[in-house]
Amino acid sequence: MTDDIARAAGHTDPPPRMGFFTDTSVCIGCKACEVACKEWNAIPEDGLELTGMSYDNTQGLGASTWRHVAFVEQRTPPPGAAHGGAPDDVDVFDAARNLTGSPGGGEVRWLMASDVCKHCTHAACLDVCPTGSLFRTEFGSVVVQEDICNGCGYCVSACPYGVIERRPEDGRAWKCTLCYDRLGVGMEPACAKSCPTESIQFGPLEELRERAAGRLAQLHAAGAGDARLYGEDPRDGVGGDGAFFLLLDEPEVYGLPPDPVVTTRDLPGMWRHAAAAAVSLAALAVAGFAGRPR
Amino acid sequence: MSGGFRDGARDAGRRRRRGRGEQAVVPDAEFASYYGRPVLKRPEWKPLDVAGYLFLGGLAGASSLLAAGADVTARPALARTAKLGAAGAIALSLAALVHDLGRPARFLLMLRVFKPTSPMSMGSWLLAGYAPLTMAAAAAEVSGRYRTAGAAATAGAAALGPAVATYTAVLISDTAVPSWHEGYREMPYVFAGSGATAAAGLALAAVEPAQTGPARRTAVLGAVLELGALRLMRRNMGQAAEAYEEDRPRAWLRAAEVLTAGGAALAAGGAALAAGAAGRGRVLTALAGTALLAGSAALRLGVFHAGVVSAEDPRYTVVPQRDRLTARSRTGEP
Ligand code: SF4
Ligand code: SF4
Repeated sequence: MTDDIARAAGHTDPPPRMGFFTDTSVCIGCKACEVACKEWNAIPEDGLELTGMSYDNTQGLGASTWRHVAFVEQRTPPPGAAHGGAPDDVDVFDAARNLTGSPGGGEVRWLMASDVCKHCTHAACLDVCPTGSLFRTEFGSVVVQEDICNGCGYCVSACPYGVIERRPEDGRAWKCTLCYDRLGVGMEPACAKSCPTESIQFGPLEELRERAAGRLAQLHAAGAGDARLYGEDPRDGVGGDGAFFLLLDEPEVYGLPPDPVVTTRDLPGMWRHAAAAAVSLAALAVAGFAGRPR
Repeated sequence: MSGGFRDGARDAGRRRRRGRGEQAVVPDAEFASYYGRPVLKRPEWKPLDVAGYLFLGGLAGASSLLAAGADVTARPALARTAKLGAAGAIALSLAALVHDLGRPARFLLMLRVFKPTSPMSMGSWLLAGYAPLTMAAAAAEVSGRYRTAGAAATAGAAALGPAVATYTAVLISDTAVPSWHEGYREMPYVFAGSGATAAAGLALAAVEPAQTGPARRTAVLGAVLELGALRLMRRNMGQAAEAYEEDRPRAWLRAAEVLTAGGAALAAGGAALAAGAAGRGRVLTALAGTALLAGSAALRLGVFHAGVVSAEDPRYTVVPQRDRLTARSRTGEP
């Protein structure tokens, strides 16, 4: 049902809903996707900065970064200890010096993950956009029409993943389009095309979900108990993502919200409270005028 | 999700943020993040534009109520100030809104669609109806002509005024920003009260005390509603309330509380004085009015900055969501 969003958005006889399955367990952090995306979509350069965050100098998704490869360096705990870890608790240079030994008893591991707009089933950005600039395509993806966007910035505060952003140079909101132009002529998005390890897989969402379930079972069987799918469940707070992931640690380690909820889920409640408050205000004013003559 | 692996990183982040020996309301929960970077994008709205928009909308909406009441109860000076105030405030608020757009020239695209899921769309339509009514009411007042049309416009503006004053709470609550969203139940009452104190403040500052009885009572009732709802909101919003304790929001909200409570008390007390020494009463009510206006503006700035703080710190996004997941896995829900 959630995959019928294109029809719900008024498209008659839409193609199957398309999306990404990003399997981070095979990502090698080459950033081919970042480059291919920038090239194909002619996205402007947005600063060259050395962050010290492992090999990640891109930092995050934004108006001019529609694919972002995260690099997490963490020390896996010694056998038997609890799992997980914040990325910046490893000094790489110390780790390199001690490569023969095993500092702290664990091993250093790298997690790499290519992040992208989730093309949510219930997309907050689209819900709140006052101009109708953001719209649902026939493929089920969420796209900004830049000639209509007036730069109000509402979508920016509404997105629970911190994806969409206003570009300072032109004041409009920008994000991944799932390569709408390429899809229209039967091509796959530039990032998926360029990915050398098939970490980024593009296809009908239905099919991707099956493939992901298979891959997860395979990893679990191989002993990777931490492997998990993120955003594939249509019952989650955003109705499932059109772009979902296989992760090897908790989502927040990669900078993803662990349990995002589309803000407009509470909108009816918000209007009810606002209506009651409006009535209170009117009553308050009436009370102010009632009674005493002065 | 426990273990010493996270502590070092988190502590470093904490120390950076809480510079001035401030106490956390509840002990910090452990959480992981991507190099301490925010999960959400910082709201791109400019503080003065948006806090100003919220403040002026409240001032205008509640002034329209005072204007209608003053007309009905034959208080011409109060009616005049309230009508001019509503028209002026809503014009300025529209200017603030347009100024905040990335593409101001495309402002009219706000009215391209009618979209109930977008509070900004609904608000634009609301203002498109409301602003002309306030202008018509003010024009009839100033010119002294078209009395029937003026009265109809005044009544219409008063009918829409409460919505204008409270819809802005929905506007900011309908975001992923934790310290705005989590307050969605109480925020409209906070804004309703804040609008009432602002409108009463303007009347007290500008109108002779003989006609401001309703404004004084509105000030007191508004202050009680505003400050009471604010307390309740902060008590009920869980961890998101902590953002209201951080330096910048806290300073604004302290100022708001002092100015609003002080202004309301002064307005109530000024009534007694005005009855006796008219001159001194006039000065005191003017002072009370100014304090109420400033208090309402400070409240909007405090709320605005609390939201920004909560968006910039991944703690406010990650911890409640993680807690939610933990609770759900305990009860076995999906
Ligand atoms: S991830 Fe954010 S920008 Fe992308 S569709 Fe969802 S709400 Fe919109
Ligand atoms: S910034 Fe543009 S795309 Fe985003 S909500 Fe406003 S009009 Fe819509």
